[in-house]
Amino acid sequence: MPELPIALPAHVPLSWYLILSVILFVVGAAGFLLRRNIITVFMCIELMLNAVNLTFIAFSHQLKQVDGHIYSFFVMVVAAAEAAVGLAIILTVFKNRSTLEVDEVSSMKL
Amino acid sequence: MPASFVPPSPQELFRFAPEMLMTVIATLIMVMEPLSAPEGKRKFAVITFLTLVAGIVLTLMGASDPGTAFSKMLVLDGFAEFFRILVMVVGLLIVLISTNYLKLEQHESGEYYALILFSIIGQCLMVSANELIMLFIGLECSSIASYVLAGYLRDDKRNNESALKYFLLGSFATAFLLYGVAWIYGLTGTTNLSAIRATLLDPTNHPNLVMLGAATALLFVGLAFKVSAAPFQMWAPDVYQGAPAPVTAFMSVGPKAAAFAMFLRILMTAFEPLKDRWEPILWTSALVTMLIGNFAALRQANIKRLLAYSSIAHAGYVMVALTTHSEIGTAAAMFYLASYAFMNIGAFAVVTYLARRGEKHVATQDLAGLSQTQPLVAAMLTIFLLSLTGIPLTAGFFGKFYIFKAALDANLVWLAVLGMLNSAVAAYYYLRIIVVMYMEPPAESAEELLAPTAGIRVAIFCTAIVTLFLGIFPSIILDFAGKSAALIR
Repeated sequence: MPELPIALPAHVPLSWYLILSVILFVVGAAGFLLRRNIITVFMCIELMLNAVNLTFIAFSHQLKQVDGHIYSFFVMVVAAAEAAVGLAIILTVFKNRSTLEVDEVSSMKL
Repeated sequence: MPASFVPPSPQELFRFAPEMLMTVIATLIMVMEPLSAPEGKRKFAVITFLTLVAGIVLTLMGASDPGTAFSKMLVLDGFAEFFRILVMVVGLLIVLISTNYLKLEQHESGEYYALILFSIIGQCLMVSANELIMLFIGLECSSIASYVLAGYLRDDKRNNESALKYFLLGSFATAFLLYGVAWIYGLTGTTNLSAIRATLLDPTNHPNLVMLGAATALLFVGLAFKVSAAPFQMWAPDVYQGAPAPVTAFMSVGPKAAAFAMFLRILMTAFEPLKDRWEPILWTSALVTMLIGNFAALRQANIKRLLAYSSIAHAGYVMVALTTHSEIGTAAAMFYLASYAFMNIGAFAVVTYLARRGEKHVATQDLAGLSQTQPLVAAMLTIFLLSLTGIPLTAGFFGKFYIFKAALDANLVWLAVLGMLNSAVAAYYYLRIIVVMYMEPPAESAEELLAPTAGIRVAIFCTAIVTLFLGIFPSIILDFAGKSAALIR
């Protein structure tokens, strides 16, 4: 079989993927803690889950197993279910309070 | 990877028949819900109740044939059986206390019961997961259903807030757990708990201990959040206070017991070789959880919030059992979680009954004079509170006794002493409620309190009887817990 002319991802070392995943995860976690808009906060969680997927796939490629690929599908399915429920909850909150600021939703004393 | 697909054997399928039954029934309830008349919603409660009873029967029938299933992704051992029956019994009690509450709030519907079933399915998977990904799926199945349940009364602002906080913080914690799983997969090449253990024990193989430590720390963040252990307990009071009272009862017991079960399984199988590294983390977390729970509960005027902090404190006691890393400790944790389930659901059943429509009466002061208006309910609540305190002749006493004994056996003398001092602090806020019930006259303006309905009455009586029974004959559950504390590795 002739060599493919394009550079395959295998030419990129594993550590690059892992560093990217750490950056994505940290950006997501920092965004979750710092941002005040509920939708943005929710997107930060999705970013963290994508960092997880990237890690799974990078390791799976490195270990020459198919398991990690399958796990990333599981994660995607669960993330979709979570998004459906989460957006529904955010909608009801918006309907009752007309705001999407995290701080304005908090009424119970800490 | 071999492409051959081996279909699961009939034994394997039978081991997980309760989960399959519940999935089918819960889905059918969702289908039937829009087709049924608004008056006919009560039948869903009956269907759910019967399903859970059938699930318990099937679990007991499957008990004679333990083993793994589905390519070793799930395992059915005594430990899994114990927790599976526990979460299903919790489900039964929750159905009993929910029916009247939903009727009062005019929110009777099939989806409430379907969600309870979905959450229980998730918990059953969590306790029998033999693999980190399966564990994640079970956890999410249980959590996503609980997010919806926490915000079940969608026009109620407190419910909205509770659901939003639970959802955001819960998914945040799940992301941490999952990132830990991904790194453990990368470092050990597997997600199977026994295979991870084998990799860690293998001397020829040098897993990077720093990276592995970081990965297990991520895993700890996720697990500690789910059991509301310090420093990740801050969501619990708000979520428990805002959610509907029967749902709070459910969340404080079912998902928590299942999360502790998976915590125990992970610690006792996969990461057992690293137990020296886990110990200081668990030790600190156990102590801080007990301190925060007990001292914060002292200042609470809202009884749901008080029970939320008390639930954090109780998570701290179970963390003490986890710190011991022994089979006695595991058995003690199992006994404690079972007795806590009964006494806490009993207390919440009384709170649900007293809260009345719109949950207007949830302040400690609203209990004033309960001994005169409803003497029997007051007596039952006294039993639950005494058991939560840990007074002898109640289940709570033996729960604490076995945990501290396990801690002493494991040479955790200081942790045991500090834990016992904590229980003494706890006595103050539990006994204060009893004082309000018995010593203070009923408020003049109080809304009339109707007699409890059949469902609540049955739930309160059953939990009170079990609480007392376990306080006198603890060996019945303890023997079973001791036998099943040895996990299949």
